[in-house]
Amino acid sequence: MDNGIDIDYVAALARIELSQEEKEKFSAQLGQVLDYFKKLSDVDVEGVEPSAHAHAMYNVWREDVEGDAMSIEDALMNAPKKRDNQIVVPKVVEDA
Amino acid sequence: MSGNIFYKSVAELEKMLDAGEISSEELTKEYISRTRSVDGKVQAQLSNYEDSALAAARASDARRAHGEKRGALDGIPVGLKDVLAVRGQKLTCASKMLENYVSPYTGTAMSKLEKAGAVFWGRLNLDEFAMGSSCENSAFKKTRNPWDLTRAPGGSSGGSAAAVAAGECACALGSDTGGSIRQPASFCGVVGVKPTYGLVSRFGLAAFASSLDQIGPFARTVEDAAILLGAIAGWDAKDSTSVKVDVPDYRASLSEGSLKGKVVGVPKEYFIEGIDQQVRAAVESGIDLCAKLGAEIRQISLPHTDLALPVYYIIATAEASSNLARYDGMRYTHRSARATDSTDLYFKSRAEGFGEEVKRRIILGSYVLSSGYYDAYYLRAQQVRTLIRADFGKAFEDVDVIVTPTSPTTAFKIGERASDPLSMYLSDIFTINVNLAGLPGLSVPCGFSSEGLPIGLQMIGRPFDEANLLSYAHAFERAAGICDRHPESSLL
Amino acid sequence: MEYEAVIGLEVHVQLKTKTKLFTDVAYRFGAGPNELTDEVVWALPGVLPVINREAVLKTIKAGLMFGCKIPELTKWDRKNYFYPDSPKNYQLSQYDMPLCVGGEVEIELPGKNASQMGEHRKVKLTRIHLEEDVGKLTHHVSDSLVDYNRAGVPLMEIVSEPDMHTAEEVFAYLNALKTCISFAGISDCDMEKGQMRADVNISVRRKGETKLGVKVEMKNMNSPSNVKDCVEYEIGRQIDCLTRGEPLVQETRRWDVQQGVTQSMRTKEMAHDYRYFPDPDLMPAKISASLVEKLRSELPEIPFDRQRRYMSDYSLPYSVTSVICHDRELCEFFEAALKAYSGNPKAVANFIANDLLRELSELSAAESETEGAEPEKASAGACGGAEGVSGRFAGCKMTPENLAGLVRVIDGGQISKQMAKEVFCQMFRSGETAESIIDSKGLRQNSDSSEIEKFCLDAMSNNQKAIDEYKAGNAKAINALIGPVMKQSKGKANPGMVLEILKKLIK
Repeated sequence: MDNGIDIDYVAALARIELSQEEKEKFSAQLGQVLDYFKKLSDVDVEGVEPSAHAHAMYNVWREDVEGDAMSIEDALMNAPKKRDNQIVVPKVVEDA
Repeated sequence: MSGNIFYKSVAELEKMLDAGEISSEELTKEYISRTRSVDGKVQAQLSNYEDSALAAARASDARRAHGEKRGALDGIPVGLKDVLAVRGQKLTCASKMLENYVSPYTGTAMSKLEKAGAVFWGRLNLDEFAMGSSCENSAFKKTRNPWDLTRAPGGSSGGSAAAVAAGECACALGSDTGGSIRQPASFCGVVGVKPTYGLVSRFGLAAFASSLDQIGPFARTVEDAAILLGAIAGWDAKDSTSVKVDVPDYRASLSEGSLKGKVVGVPKEYFIEGIDQQVRAAVESGIDLCAKLGAEIRQISLPHTDLALPVYYIIATAEASSNLARYDGMRYTHRSARATDSTDLYFKSRAEGFGEEVKRRIILGSYVLSSGYYDAYYLRAQQVRTLIRADFGKAFEDVDVIVTPTSPTTAFKIGERASDPLSMYLSDIFTINVNLAGLPGLSVPCGFSSEGLPIGLQMIGRPFDEANLLSYAHAFERAAGICDRHPESSLL
Repeated sequence: MEYEAVIGLEVHVQLKTKTKLFTDVAYRFGAGPNELTDEVVWALPGVLPVINREAVLKTIKAGLMFGCKIPELTKWDRKNYFYPDSPKNYQLSQYDMPLCVGGEVEIELPGKNASQMGEHRKVKLTRIHLEEDVGKLTHHVSDSLVDYNRAGVPLMEIVSEPDMHTAEEVFAYLNALKTCISFAGISDCDMEKGQMRADVNISVRRKGETKLGVKVEMKNMNSPSNVKDCVEYEIGRQIDCLTRGEPLVQETRRWDVQQGVTQSMRTKEMAHDYRYFPDPDLMPAKISASLVEKLRSELPEIPFDRQRRYMSDYSLPYSVTSVICHDRELCEFFEAALKAYSGNPKAVANFIANDLLRELSELSAAESETEGAEPEKASAGACGGAEGVSGRFAGCKMTPENLAGLVRVIDGGQISKQMAKEVFCQMFRSGETAESIIDSKGLRQNSDSSEIEKFCLDAMSNNQKAIDEYKAGNAKAINALIGPVMKQSKGKANPGMVLEILKKLIK
């Protein structure tokens, strides 16, 4: 199919392991959805500004004033594994 | 109104509390026992905190006794969709990914409710990470529609809608990204409001699609919705997208507004084929009722309506693919026990932690943002979003409010659409435009089908014009006179 | 065959703000693990970023120092990639609308020797944008630990064009960045504290070729001289490869400080597709011309401009200005001293470049020894100490006005240059004025001609030989008489007067 989605590539980007079954199912379903999205390609959008937000607002920022830090207990209360007040993760394979 | 305490409106309960006819503790116990008796069937709650609810109720009673009542919500049990952060309470997003997660902080809207004296009763089910229109995508349970337990309550805030409809809480908060408050409100016969984007802080709402999400109220009446919205609205320094606008007293302005002399726009694109005939008939008689109340009915056109669905699914899934990247097995989520290294940990934790619809949308969102496709999908969707916003802008030059069906159908059967994502996506076609345009929209009951299923009418207003929008809905609701019907028979 | 290297740098600089880029929790170097976090840093469900205005302003200031264009509109984008040091698994950065565009950095290459100015040239910049830093991973035998203190610290990325060709240029470029940025109070740029980090892209091609060669990215250098050594090594390695006819591969290599070589980094092959898109949680910013002008007015003089001014206005030698003008505090000290006494800028500058700097470094060496006893003590980091005042001046009790006073009494002939050094040291430690030290220690120079004449006559009566030799035309012989005079006066006799009087008496 022209709208074929490279499911292995996209699943790798999204860091989700998919079973063979899921790959086939998603490819077919998403192919159908992308087909439906083709509606958009007929719209004349020449010169139309994209909307990244529902309203246009600018310069929303805060002053550089210090607030409270979180306690270590709160910060680590949901940690699946911790040691020395840090999160333990399996060995990280360096990825440039 | 029914004699059952648990079906009373917030306004009525406030009077009873003020008069000392009932205490908040007694009221909270009423909801606790009601939940015990019906939630086995409705399956609206994911968790609850009885002790802290009763403690909050007793504190409220003490305030009232000392003449320190904080407002209409003081002592009222309110349910929360399980995407809203309250310190010390679970926040699962109906996902295995966050099955054991407890929030160490409270979000802004919830903090405002706490300050208003509300009692949090029940964390309510949803489609996982608010992705869905039926509540079937919850990792934990399928909530039932209280009007017909074989049917879905709608979604994604199906637990909130069902809990209010079944009398498990006085009112509730949900969140709406493409119709997730209005569609379940319509399916469950309650009032649901999606505020203008930026009116209610999103701080403390687990994000699905940041540029579309808003927290909003579910209630039995428009007046209750106005009370709840008034308590949570307002600018917040912690949300860069929240807007500095004055928040009027919505409840007080209900009586001032009426539909008399107002122009009601009816977009021709919303009365398409495929819309359920009973829904069409109920909404058309609702429009006639507006005319009887003195409104001028004018047909309008929103020409880009049929593009909203692709635009919505591109923008929402793209934002979601990035927003949900933080659920990765590292810091606070489910962590796979099978991983060999840190990269593998991502793949396996996310495979195990996310349900099928969430995976599908993350994949779709990653795809539309990926190299070579951005311009064709994401950029183009943002441009068409501009056209959709402009359609509404132009329409509101001539009309005061736009009226449409909330959903093309009444509540569908559980399982009916689960295998076909596209048909499920189509149930949002009347609500998603409102999110894309950032406008306020609400669903108010306008009738029942021959099967006894509720039908909702959607009203869409100008940005930040909630006061008028609510007053039109209030006038409509009083004239329609259908809010004392309750789904009691199916729950016995 | 002749080859040339083409080098471009991406330099990350931590901004000296009190709080992080998107939340109000503080950052300091050296805090305990995960002590400087909040729900936003952890990317808990429901949190949202709010941008720190000061970080935006400091980035614009950096851009203005380097002559960048400041576009009217800027926005923030998400750079999506998974890594355990990145809590959101996307980095808030700027993709196609950075805060600063273009610009150039003036650099100085080494001169023939320390007293000669080297060649100056300008290195072109591509852009400067603002993004957030990530946490810190430490690798252990069977797992890794993550500390998110650094996550979310404002980081300015300065991207140069591939406009450098030698290790000396790269070294000079880093020093020029550091000088300008620290002068403006934007960052302290201490590479050893990670406040400034450089990724260097190197390729080599035949001279005369216009196409770029295969690009190799270098990481893990933690001082400017590390970078210099690494670049030197890597250019040599690439040329060797080409000479031997071996193909070069596009890769990332890390600098191994111990062995002094670069090594290919083991990489797990993963797709790099960052899926940039505008952050829906953050609004774009409009940077007005008036804001830009206001920031421009707050900028310090460009350090090289200041150096040229010191050389022309005060006739300072290059060697002295090259010390003072790389250091904002020394410049400020100099200028404040000149305000108090403008009679002898050269002497003031010499005291600063030699004596003051020496005392300061002795002081800091002594301090770091005592700090060593309590390793937990946090030092002032990128966001630490108050603006403009670094810890190293804390132990210096001498004010610029006091230094001016010292030079004034020397010029007035009240003390000898010899004694002035001693007086300086005491002033540095005690904070007293030159006058009070001279008086309390009785160091004032003796200019009483009758007393000096008496000492001279004594000396002459004991050394007829020196008198005879002087009279015979050996001018140096008079020195043998000066010594005893100085000794007898306990060093206080005005040396000029002693010489005059001796000459007069011998005639």
